[in-house]
Amino acid sequence: MMTTDASTIGTAHNEEVEYSDTVAMQTFGFWLYLMSDLIIFATLFATFVVLGRNYANGPTGKELFDLPYLLGETLFLLFSSVTYGLVMLAVRDGRKKWVLTGLAVTFLLGLGFVSMEVNEFYGMVAEGHGPDISAFLSSFFTLVGTHGTHVTFGLIWMVVMMGQVAVKGLTIPVQSRLMRLSMFWHFLDIIWIGIFSIVYLMGVV
Amino acid sequence: MFGKLSLAAIPYENLITISAVIGAVLLGLVILGLITYYRKWTYLYQEWLTSLDHKKIGIMYIVLALVMLLRGFSDAILMRSQQAVAAGGSHGFLAPEHFNQIFSAHGSIMIIFMAMPFLVGLMNIVVPQQIGARDVAFPFMNSLSLWLTTAGALLIMVSLGVGEFSQAGWSGYTPLTELQYSPGTGVDYWIWSFQIAGIGTTMSGINFLVTIMKMRAPGMKAMRMPLFVWTTICTMVLAVWAFPVLTAALAMITLDRYLGMHFFTNDLGGNMMMYANLFWTWGHPEVYVLILPAFGIYSEVVATFSGKRLFGYGSMVYATAAITVLSFSVWVHHFFTMGASPNVNLFFGIATMLIAIPTGVKTFNWLFTMYRGRIRLTTPMYWTLGFIVTFAIGGSTGVLLASPPADFVLHNSLFLIAHFHNTIIPGALFGFFAGYYYWFPKAMGFRLKESWGKRAFWCWAIGFYLAFMPLYVLGFMGMPRRMAYYATPAWHPYLLVAALGVAVIALGILFQGIQLLVSIKERQALSDPTGDPWDGRTLEWLTSSPPAVYNFPEIPIVDDIDAFMEMKEKGVAYLRPDHYKDIEMPKNAPHGMIIGLWAFVFGFAMIWYIWWLAIVAALGILVTVIARSMDDDLHYIIPAAEVERIENERYSQLAAAAKRRPADEPAIPEPVPER
Repeated sequence: MMTTDASTIGTAHNEEVEYSDTVAMQTFGFWLYLMSDLIIFATLFATFVVLGRNYANGPTGKELFDLPYLLGETLFLLFSSVTYGLVMLAVRDGRKKWVLTGLAVTFLLGLGFVSMEVNEFYGMVAEGHGPDISAFLSSFFTLVGTHGTHVTFGLIWMVVMMGQVAVKGLTIPVQSRLMRLSMFWHFLDIIWIGIFSIVYLMGVV
Repeated sequence: MFGKLSLAAIPYENLITISAVIGAVLLGLVILGLITYYRKWTYLYQEWLTSLDHKKIGIMYIVLALVMLLRGFSDAILMRSQQAVAAGGSHGFLAPEHFNQIFSAHGSIMIIFMAMPFLVGLMNIVVPQQIGARDVAFPFMNSLSLWLTTAGALLIMVSLGVGEFSQAGWSGYTPLTELQYSPGTGVDYWIWSFQIAGIGTTMSGINFLVTIMKMRAPGMKAMRMPLFVWTTICTMVLAVWAFPVLTAALAMITLDRYLGMHFFTNDLGGNMMMYANLFWTWGHPEVYVLILPAFGIYSEVVATFSGKRLFGYGSMVYATAAITVLSFSVWVHHFFTMGASPNVNLFFGIATMLIAIPTGVKTFNWLFTMYRGRIRLTTPMYWTLGFIVTFAIGGSTGVLLASPPADFVLHNSLFLIAHFHNTIIPGALFGFFAGYYYWFPKAMGFRLKESWGKRAFWCWAIGFYLAFMPLYVLGFMGMPRRMAYYATPAWHPYLLVAALGVAVIALGILFQGIQLLVSIKERQALSDPTGDPWDGRTLEWLTSSPPAVYNFPEIPIVDDIDAFMEMKEKGVAYLRPDHYKDIEMPKNAPHGMIIGLWAFVFGFAMIWYIWWLAIVAALGILVTVIARSMDDDLHYIIPAAEVERIENERYSQLAAAAKRRPADEPAIPEPVPER
């Protein structure tokens, strides 16, 4: 019932009305998951807004944040979104080699982002500014770290998808998964814009 | 190697706990032994544990709910007996730290592990059939939700015999739940059992939203959906909106406790009221997650047994939606005493009172549905009528509590306990029982014996009033909640009456057990050969009882609100299709159960600080998820010939049932009279 014809993504195969569209349902379900995840982030943002100025004699954002460094980190993530966009174009055209190349580049960019974030966290903890110092740092590490954990899971997912594309080719289920990973990846980009503005930019004001 | 875990974690010295543990373990061994003796392991594994069939998953949810009901009710018995004897200088038979665990476990179990599985179970059995679908949108995720919920329930059960449970109440207020004040493993059991089950519930929410949005039979527009489908969709919107807040709040307590962070501590900038706000941002919508499905069940039951279309269908839908939206704007009423400004409290007080309006609309709709209806007083109707009367009282006391000045006096008193039991027991549990009796023949193929059901109802109803009306009085007399013992003799008589009430409810539960056994024994006489034992109005009654694995050989076409009743009136309900087609159904999969098992191990390892095991379990979950994602061969085909064979059998059953009925009897099948 599933064909490998890339152009049929999102269309019904079964002439019967039942179970009209597996891919559309998966995409919609994943969208709902993203919305529920958004509420987790909303909760963490709200907590940061409430607790983010409770320094408890510890360091403030102004003392800790290095904006040029963060700009680099941000660029890694934003460019990875661009390359993932190119991956989806290659999927549409059924160009397996370009899909794999694009995923690899996206993976490396994402890895760069996560490495920079880990490095930033490591530096802060090493200097004695860990999450147990103040409510500000607790909410900072948790909000930013939750985003970083999501990106890390996205990277694991990407590795799995590279394997699936290489072995199975661009079948409908694989395309559906690539589509969902794409939504996930862009979603994390949007969250990061929020983090960059509310945590970092407003933190140094 | 084993973190904080040692043999000292087993509560040998506590006679009550250890005998409960021994009893539970023995019962478990007996069940396992019986399964082995009758060689049912393969059957159990293939037909149930790995099944992705929404009907079987629903039945397993309800079995879980009924087991946990017994556990939660045992806690209630202990609390009521303790307070009945712990007067006049006596400290009763429960130590305060044990009593604290019991009330915490009672609340946690009844809400998360009794009510939630019960309602998700009923939805699983009914919703796909009501919308004319063959399964839910994501059958595998459905099985995963079940097993995550079970893993959470298992953690709470384990806390009985290994370590302790939380002493901080089911709501787990900070800073009491912080490591400094609750250093034991109890709070960790509470955190991880809630966390794991909560993730399962979020997934159920997504699943049912997609199912209802995308898989309705042709012609079933939004305003033709049965009311239970409407309340399910609203419930699941609440679940998907609200449960992530709980997930985040629990994660923050976890970080406070495990990594020394300062979200809700009372030092270094933490804000303990932040927790109360987050908890009730989830907690109040959660109340409606429990109550809305029951409202849907009552709507179905009232319409069916009044032989009329539901009065005010549209207003019922809008009332449900209004409650859904309003439920997010009332959470502060759980802590008016926090010290917010009078204007803030006023806003939340008014918002709370407003909820009474759509609820009142619903009540009148049910009454008007019965008005001039051809009412059949079956067991589901008993629960519905009991609900309408009892819930009116609970709702009124809620409006009373919504007024901040009154709340300042009654806050944390037994008045509150009486109020929320007076809403949740009739508003949710009675509804689930009504649904249990109403849809039991659909799920199992035979009805439950009415006589025992009615006896059980009267015990529940009378027991409820005896157990909770005295608590209102005690609230006015100033008795706080959660007291292990007390020095005010004037409270004692009322607590004795309340204890008597629990005994009467216990009788009700006993009768329900007897009813189940008697009905299984007499299942031939009680069988439902037509699939439509109550003269139902909605599509789930079109299928056979129990339905074929694919529910509908051909997806029905809907052109009215009560689709099945309309088909029967037109005489097209049981028409044979000209030919049958192949049907594609999901294959069984063990991954949901395996992930549930790993989630249990993960929770247990985190509770006891066994870090290596936690890492192994987390990897186990990850590997299982990836393994499942590799599998693209997820369906099997039921050939048209096989469908035809099954359907022919059904038609001969229908014909035999029609022949047994005397010609002068109306086509409406009446409930079979009791012998």
